Amino acid sequence: MYELIIIGGGPAGMTAAVYAARKKINTLLLSGDIGGQGLTTWLVENYMGYQFIEGRELMQKFEEQVKQFPTDVKIEVGKKAEKLSGVERGFEVRTDRGETYQAKAVIVATGKRPRQLNVPGEKELLGRGVTYCAICDGPIFADVKVAVIGGGNSALEAADDMVKIAEHVYLVSLTPLIGDPILIDKVKSANNLTIFLEHEVLEIKGKNSVEGVRIRNLKSKKEKVLEVGGIFIEIGLIPNSELVKELVTLNRLGEIKVDCGNETGVPGFFAAGDVTSVPDKQIVVAAGEGAKAVLQAHRYLQRLSK
Amino acid sequence: MAREVKIYTTPPCPYCKMAKKFLDDNGIKYQEFDITTDKAAREEMKSKCNSLAVPTICFDGEVLIGFNEAELREKLGL
Repeated sequence: MYELIIIGGGPAGMTAAVYAARKKINTLLLSGDIGGQGLTTWLVENYMGYQFIEGRELMQKFEEQVKQFPTDVKIEVGKKAEKLSGVERGFEVRTDRGETYQAKAVIVATGKRPRQLNVPGEKELLGRGVTYCAICDGPIFADVKVAVIGGGNSALEAADDMVKIAEHVYLVSLTPLIGDPILIDKVKSANNLTIFLEHEVLEIKGKNSVEGVRIRNLKSKKEKVLEVGGIFIEIGLIPNSELVKELVTLNRLGEIKVDCGNETGVPGFFAAGDVTSVPDKQIVVAAGEGAKAVLQAHRYLQRLSK
Repeated sequence: MAREVKIYTTPPCPYCKMAKKFLDDNGIKYQEFDITTDKAAREEMKSKCNSLAVPTICFDGEVLIGFNEAELREKLGL
């Protein structure tokens, strides 16, 4: 049995691992990948010590730092934790490969993932016109009509990028636009953009690749098919909290509720980073929360051993 | 005969960088095409690989869209 298992290898999890090693806590870091959402951030300009750095490079530096402590922190990558449950004297983590690991205390730092529309055609046409990464795939749709789905900053940024590349951009949002006013003004000034507010997406159409998207006005219920070759889905993120839903009550966003000491209300179970109710989703915040969670877990483990 | 691996990328794409790092780390030689500047490569990726996303990795008739380490490892026999 480990003293501590950290689930998640993003900024929160890796910072926690370094703090755990420095406290000489016998730790397992269990994660599907190393870097988490930090890997998909293009440029980071607000992590202290670097005026700007690519997210991927910053995560490599985090990883190098974690690997300075091979005796205290064992790393298992490529394994997704599926369920966390309480057992006698601690917790058990079960992975997608059926393995189980036990520890006296656990820190869940599993981050978030892009939200999906869950409509017909979305999965089938992924990579064939459906994309969740506008900065990656934008250039492929030069001189093609595209739809951007969403009404927040990510959707507005995608729309702003695409009006420069695509023939025409349809911006489809379930709500009024909720992004920064400066970005809304910028997008609205483009002459090759049409906005559909309070419209829901019903279906993505196409055989070998995306050919269109069927949308419906929430009020009038009137449907419309937009002929597009690409669909950029930018409707926010959802927390990877499914593994603990039987252990704690999640907030309405699906996040794990934590107090200022990263405690969840279940003794020995701590959480940190974007998966938690801490409102600001930033690398620097996640890293700090990871550190706090370990310091609190260390106090808990010391109390247990008395 | 050496396997011919092609990877289609865009400069800001983080998954493309992860895929290239994986290939480099495993000593796999590849040809990279930046589809933002190489229009012919962009058309080739669309028509031959039926792909509209990067990274697209092609070899031996296999087409892998996106970076999935486990899948890539399996298909490359690593």
